[in-house]
Amino acid sequence: MRNKIITLVACAALSLSASAADKIKVGFLSTLTGPISGISSDLRDGFNLVLELNGGKFGGLPAEVVFGDDQQNPDVGKQVFDRMVRRDRIDIVTGTMFTNVMAAIAPTAFSNKVFFINANAGPAEFAGENCNPFYFSTAWQVESMDEAMGKYVTDKGFERVFLLAPNFPVGREHLDGFKRMYKGPIVGETYTRLGQLDYSVEIGQIRAAKPDAVFVFLFGNMGINFIKQYHQAGLSNEIPLFGPGFTFDDDTIRAVGEPIVGSLNASHWNEDFDNPANKRFVAEFERVYNRKPSIYAAQGYDAAQLIDAAVRDAEGQIKDHDRFRAALLQANFESVRGAFRFNTNQNPIQNLYLREIVREPDGRIVNRTVGLLLENHEDPYVGQCDMG
Amino acid sequence: MTATFLLEQMLNGLQFGLMLFLLAAGLTLVFGIMNMINLAHGSLYMIGAYLAATAVGYTGSFVAGVLIALAGTAAFGALLESSLLRRFYGRDHLSQVLATFALILILNDGVRMIWGPHAMLVNVPALVSGPIELLPGLHYPAYRLVVIAVGLLVALGLYLLVVHTRIGMRIRAGASNREMANALGGNISGLFTVVFALGAMLAALAGAMLGPVLAVEVGMGESIIILAFVVVVIGGIGSVRGALIGAIVVGCVDTFGRAFLTTILREFSSPTVADNLGPSLASMLIYIVMAAILFWKPRGLFPAQA
Repeated sequence: MRNKIITLVACAALSLSASAADKIKVGFLSTLTGPISGISSDLRDGFNLVLELNGGKFGGLPAEVVFGDDQQNPDVGKQVFDRMVRRDRIDIVTGTMFTNVMAAIAPTAFSNKVFFINANAGPAEFAGENCNPFYFSTAWQVESMDEAMGKYVTDKGFERVFLLAPNFPVGREHLDGFKRMYKGPIVGETYTRLGQLDYSVEIGQIRAAKPDAVFVFLFGNMGINFIKQYHQAGLSNEIPLFGPGFTFDDDTIRAVGEPIVGSLNASHWNEDFDNPANKRFVAEFERVYNRKPSIYAAQGYDAAQLIDAAVRDAEGQIKDHDRFRAALLQANFESVRGAFRFNTNQNPIQNLYLREIVREPDGRIVNRTVGLLLENHEDPYVGQCDMG
Repeated sequence: MTATFLLEQMLNGLQFGLMLFLLAAGLTLVFGIMNMINLAHGSLYMIGAYLAATAVGYTGSFVAGVLIALAGTAAFGALLESSLLRRFYGRDHLSQVLATFALILILNDGVRMIWGPHAMLVNVPALVSGPIELLPGLHYPAYRLVVIAVGLLVALGLYLLVVHTRIGMRIRAGASNREMANALGGNISGLFTVVFALGAMLAALAGAMLGPVLAVEVGMGESIIILAFVVVVIGGIGSVRGALIGAIVVGCVDTFGRAFLTTILREFSSPTVADNLGPSLASMLIYIVMAAILFWKPRGLFPAQA
C-alpha cells in the first residue's frame, strides 16, 4: 500500500515536471519603507502595471507576487528572502534597490535555483567574475550612465571637474565609471555620508576648488537636498551640474522644482521616447496611478515584461530551468527603452541618451531627450564573466 | 584653505546646530520633565515640514505657512500627549521606546496615505532665494542666514520663557526634581501637555524652516532624531541651555569634520588612505566627541536634575 502511494506521488511529481506549472510565484523584495520608499514604490507600481494589464498573469500563468520589505538592510533582506524561498517557494525574485541587499541574497538565490531578475542598479560583481546563469539584469550596469556622462563632459571640453558621491562601494563605482571615459583633470573628489542631509560643507569645497563642471552621483533625498542647496548657494548659474539619470529623475524634479531646469544627465530611458511600447506604458501608467512614470517605474515594467515574455516562450515550463533561462535570454519583449538585448553576462546591451531638464509650455518640468551618447553600449566587465 | 572658507564653514556649523537645537529643546524637556523617551519626536518634525509645505502652497505666503504648521503641529502634539503618551509616563523606558517606535511607523504611513510616497516641493521665499556676498569672496545663501536668525531668536525666546516666566519656573522645577514638583504642584498634567505641545511646535519650526533646504519626505525625522538625542545627552537631560550648547557643538564638529578631516589626514598619510578614511572618520566624529564628553561628564555638560 505504502509503495503504491509512493509510486503515485512519484508519478504525479513526474507529470508535473513534464507539463507546465499551474502558477508562477514571484518574490518582490524591495525597500518599501524608509526614505527611499518613494522610488521603490515606482518600481513596484511599474511591475504591477504589467500584471494589471495582463489580468494578473505572466505569459498565461496566474502570477502570485509575494512582497517583502528589506528596510534597506542586507540582514533583514536576507531573512525575508530566506522565508520567500523556503515557505513561499518562489520561482523568481526581483525588486531589490540596493546592491548590498543584492549581494546578501544572491548566493541563496543561485543555490536554490531561483531566478534573480535585477531591475535596479547592477553591481560590477555580477556583471563580471560572479556572473551567474540565474542572474539577469534588465536595468543597467552601475557605471554605464556615468560613462556616458564622462564621454559628454570630455567631448564638450570641460577641463576642471569636481566629483561627489556617497561613501559606499557603489558610490565609488559610479565615479570610477565617470573617470573611465572622462580623461581630463579632476580638481576635487569628495565622498559624503550615505543619507547625508546637508551639503553646505561640500558646496563650500566646490566653490573653493573653482571647477568648470561638477559631476554628482546622488539618489533619492540626497540628490534633492544637494541640488536645492547647490542652487541656493548660487552655484547653479555659475558651474554646470551633471549626473547619471536617476540623480535628475522625476522624483527629484518634483521635489526641487524650478532650480533643476537646465541640468543635463544620461539615461537609457526617458518618458518622451517615441516607440509604441513606451507610449503605451506612459499612458497606462498615468491612467492607473495618476502620475508620470519615473526611470524606476520603467525598470519595474520592463522586468515584468521580461518575465511575461519568458514564461510565454517557455510555454509555462518554468521548472525546466534550462528552457526558462533560454527564454529569458531571448528578451523577447518590446522594451520601453527601445532596442534591448542581453549580453553574454546577462547584463543589458543598450543605448544611452543625453537628457536635458526643461520647462514645458504647460509649465511642467520634465526631462527631454536631446541626443545619443553611447550606442549599443556594453559594460566593461563582460570579459571577466565566465558562465561555464 | 582661506579665511572665507573657514568663516563659511562656521556659519554652516552654526546653522545646522541651531536647527538641531530646535529639535533637541523639545526632546530634552519631555525627557527631563516627564522622564519620557519620545522617539516619535522626529515624526512631529516631519509633520511640521509637511504641514508647512502644504500651507505655503495653499496660502502662497511662506511666513503664514510656517505659522499654520506651528499651530497645527502644537495642537497635534497636545492631542497625542493627552490621548496616548501620558499613559506611558509611569512605565519603564522599554515600553516608551516600543510605543513611540510604533508611533513612528503609524505616523509615517499616515503621512504617506495623506501626502503620497514622494518628496514634496517647497520653494525658498523669493526674497531670500539667492546668495548674499557677506565679505568679498564669501557668498552665503540668504535663506540660511534667515534660518540662523530664527534659530537665535527662538533660543533667546526660550531663555526668557524658561528663566523669567511663571511657567518657565514650573518647567525648571519639573526638570530638576520631578517627584517634588509633582508633590507640590497643582496642575502637573496640564504642564505636561503644555511642555509637549511646546516641544512639538519647536520640532515643527525646525521641519518648516528646513523644508526648503532638505527633502520633505516620509522618514525625514528618523535621520535627524538620532543627532537630536546625541545633543540631549551631551547637553544634559532636561537642560535647555545644555541643548543649545550641545547642538552647536554637534553642528560644528560635524561640519568641521566633513570640511577639514580629509585634508588634515592627507598631511599625515597617503592621499588614498586619507580619501578612504576621511569620510568614514568624519561621520563617526560626533559619536567620538559624545563618548569623550560622557567620559569626563557622565551627566552631560549642564545636568539639570539635582
